[in-house]
Amino acid sequence: MSAVLEVTNIKKSFGGITAVSGVSFDVHEGEILGLIGPNGCGKSTLFNCILGQLTPTTGEVRLDGRTVTGMRPSELNRLGVSRTFQLLQVFPKLSVRENLILAGQEHQGSMTSRLFGRSDAGLTGAANQMIGFFKLEHLAGEQAGGLSYGQQKLLDAAMAFMGGPRLVLLDEPAGGVNPSMLADLKDRLVAINREKNATFVVIEHNMEFVMSLCSRVMVMAEGRVLAMGRPDEVRANPAVIDAYLGH
Amino acid sequence: MSANGRYLRIAAGLVVIAALIAIPANFNRYGLFILSQWAVMTIAAMGLNLTLGYAGQVSLAQGAFVGVGAYASAILTTHGWPLPAALGVSILTSFIIGWLLGYPALRVQHHYLAFVTLAFSTLAFLVFRNESWLTGGIYGISNIPRPHIFGFATNKPLPFYYLCLGSLAIVSLAVWWLIRSPWGRAFMSLRENPLRAQSLGVDTRRYTLMAFAIGSALGGVAGGLYAPLTQYIDPVPFNLSLSLDLLMMVIVGGSGFFFGPFLGAMIAVLLPEWLRFTQGYYLMLYAIAVIVLLIWSPTGILGILDRFLANRRTKTASALRAVAKSRLETVQ
Amino acid sequence: MASLLDLLVAGLATGAIYALVAVGFTLLWQTSQTINFAQGEFVMLPAFLMLAAMHAGAPFWLAIVIGILLSMILLGLAFKMLLVDPMLRHGVLPLAIATMALAIGMKEAVKQFFSAEASPFPSIVPTNDISVFGHVISLQSLGVFVVAILAVMGLTALLNRTSLGHQMQAAAQNPTVARIIGVPVERMILLTFLINAVLVALASLLITPIYLAKFSSGEVLGQAAFIAAIVGGFNQVRGAIAGGLLIGVLDNLSAAYVSTQYRAAVPLIFLIVIILFRPQGLLGRSEERTV
Repeated sequence: MSAVLEVTNIKKSFGGITAVSGVSFDVHEGEILGLIGPNGCGKSTLFNCILGQLTPTTGEVRLDGRTVTGMRPSELNRLGVSRTFQLLQVFPKLSVRENLILAGQEHQGSMTSRLFGRSDAGLTGAANQMIGFFKLEHLAGEQAGGLSYGQQKLLDAAMAFMGGPRLVLLDEPAGGVNPSMLADLKDRLVAINREKNATFVVIEHNMEFVMSLCSRVMVMAEGRVLAMGRPDEVRANPAVIDAYLGH
Repeated sequence: MSANGRYLRIAAGLVVIAALIAIPANFNRYGLFILSQWAVMTIAAMGLNLTLGYAGQVSLAQGAFVGVGAYASAILTTHGWPLPAALGVSILTSFIIGWLLGYPALRVQHHYLAFVTLAFSTLAFLVFRNESWLTGGIYGISNIPRPHIFGFATNKPLPFYYLCLGSLAIVSLAVWWLIRSPWGRAFMSLRENPLRAQSLGVDTRRYTLMAFAIGSALGGVAGGLYAPLTQYIDPVPFNLSLSLDLLMMVIVGGSGFFFGPFLGAMIAVLLPEWLRFTQGYYLMLYAIAVIVLLIWSPTGILGILDRFLANRRTKTASALRAVAKSRLETVQ
Repeated sequence: MASLLDLLVAGLATGAIYALVAVGFTLLWQTSQTINFAQGEFVMLPAFLMLAAMHAGAPFWLAIVIGILLSMILLGLAFKMLLVDPMLRHGVLPLAIATMALAIGMKEAVKQFFSAEASPFPSIVPTNDISVFGHVISLQSLGVFVVAILAVMGLTALLNRTSLGHQMQAAAQNPTVARIIGVPVERMILLTFLINAVLVALASLLITPIYLAKFSSGEVLGQAAFIAAIVGGFNQVRGAIAGGLLIGVLDNLSAAYVSTQYRAAVPLIFLIVIILFRPQGLLGRSEERTV
């Protein structure tokens, strides 16, 4: 298995405070990697460094072997790295369908072709397909801001997949989602992982969700990697138990 | 249902266009001047609506771009250039300056951006006033000719009004096209959530600059027509108040609504005329009306309409959903 | 050509007035996110209120008292209750635009009900010149400077030394927490509006004798105070004071050494540079930027 993402020795400090201190890991093609750890352990900072939202103090991020450290989030996204956010991040005044078209439109053609091309950038079909896939048909024309929390969470995830990404980083996809919708979400993620061969990294606090979804789990504590391995290995690791119970 | 609504809207649009063409034919010189001014200000306000209403970038400098366009057009046409060519220069100049003014927006937002653009607006005014070799200083530029378009002279008020109206039509179509294109969607994503837009591959820097540049270019178009409309320009009309007036037009009409600038400019240009019977009090009444409207509906007049329609839609939608649900239940 | 000393004194005098107005401006911003585009008109109006009282037969001192009281009622209480309170929930921009409309309304009202012409206004400080170490200095400038600085110092003492001031600062910085620890936040906010009204009335009293009372005189002053507030630091009272003095001096020096035509450009360019490279202002704390 080849590595889609290689993270080498990422460090990030804010003033005197070190949030991430030397994290290295690989993400294999097609896997779902879970990323867990107590609050404030540097998971989100690590995500933001990988995604170009923050510039790491030192270290390197490689995508398919190509160095992408310090690239802008929009460039990185067009190279196939997509994400969802911990807090709701949809475009509330746009309809569900428009949200999805927007999520896909920058991945094709040039600025000029988008100005003079079709209004929907030829993406209505793809958007409808994604709407169907996430079972949001009855809401396609509604303003995204009017959806329930769980529905917005689904839309948020759907948007991350519109550009046909190679790698998707999901930041707490299960947070605040009710159990029945959570089952739906997991089911959809697994399906996309299989059908589209997309690779995932998932930050999540919901252990059950992580352990049942992910093929490998990485545990972080105090800005470092504490453990990495199959869910059952990690669950049995004394250091991990210590980190969780000790806090 | 929605198809009927669509035909109704098209019919209403056609009636308004026909009225705008037919009715002013009997207007006197002054009435035509006011209507032409409405068309010109609508174009400028549409530009600001693009920058502010759609892309969410506050600008207090739109009046300065009207000035840039007006001076470019006045200087060139008094030197014998035909208006369309001069207008091209107006557009290009304000596009480039607008692009440059967009750079601060990449660093600061909201009220800070408002202050930067405000400062720019006042600086532009100082240049208009002080660079006499170019702008005629406080004496301005007079005898600005009105153009011949396809051999038709537009010296008289009515043909010139049609020229303004025609320009407004072209600009409207172009803006309609733009906001329905993927660019329009990207502009709205800047307004709604720039962080998320970035993570979806939207090059927020380029779109922000384009929103400023295109909005400013429309200010340039308005200026390019304003010069031959008044046939005399000096720096005074292009001071900060014009920028603030244009901002008020956009907000009063309904920022982020396509027809907002049409309404806003109508209120700003025509309402004072209708309130003329109140003599000196009309601007005061206008100011009070604006404040009351904003307290009632910060999204302007079209905001009121939009809320009303949205309420009705939600009601219909929930009714439809209830019907669908009851059907499902009977099937099961 | 005026000597450097003259320029400095004159600059500090106008700067101290700018500081008065800028402090009020930042107070409104801090307590209720109000960017008051009518702040210049707020300075223009009290002079006319005082003139009106004098026309009605009141002696100058009584006219000043009436002017300040009316200013507190109109520009403090009424402004807050009729415009800011109902607009606040709509957000910063609509509120700012409403104050732009208010500025137009105030100018027009003065033009209609009073006069479109400039009226002279008596000075509360002596207007002759004195000689200090062989330099002739305008006593008016000096007097204006002293009065304005005393007012600003008094306000700073109120804010920093008294329990009332601490409550006001708490209400401005974190209304939620302030409410929990028992600060009457609403009353504190009203108080800042009243303080602003007194400050602009005082500024009006000081500056109108120099520039005459005219309906349009608020435009330039408002913009200067505005620049002073941002340059110094939008969220700091002492920043606004420093900004005011700086802009006053800069304005006077650039009139003498740059060109009278572009004197107004110098503070503006300074403003742009400050916003782009130090948006929190020279003395300000950086605000959390919401994306």
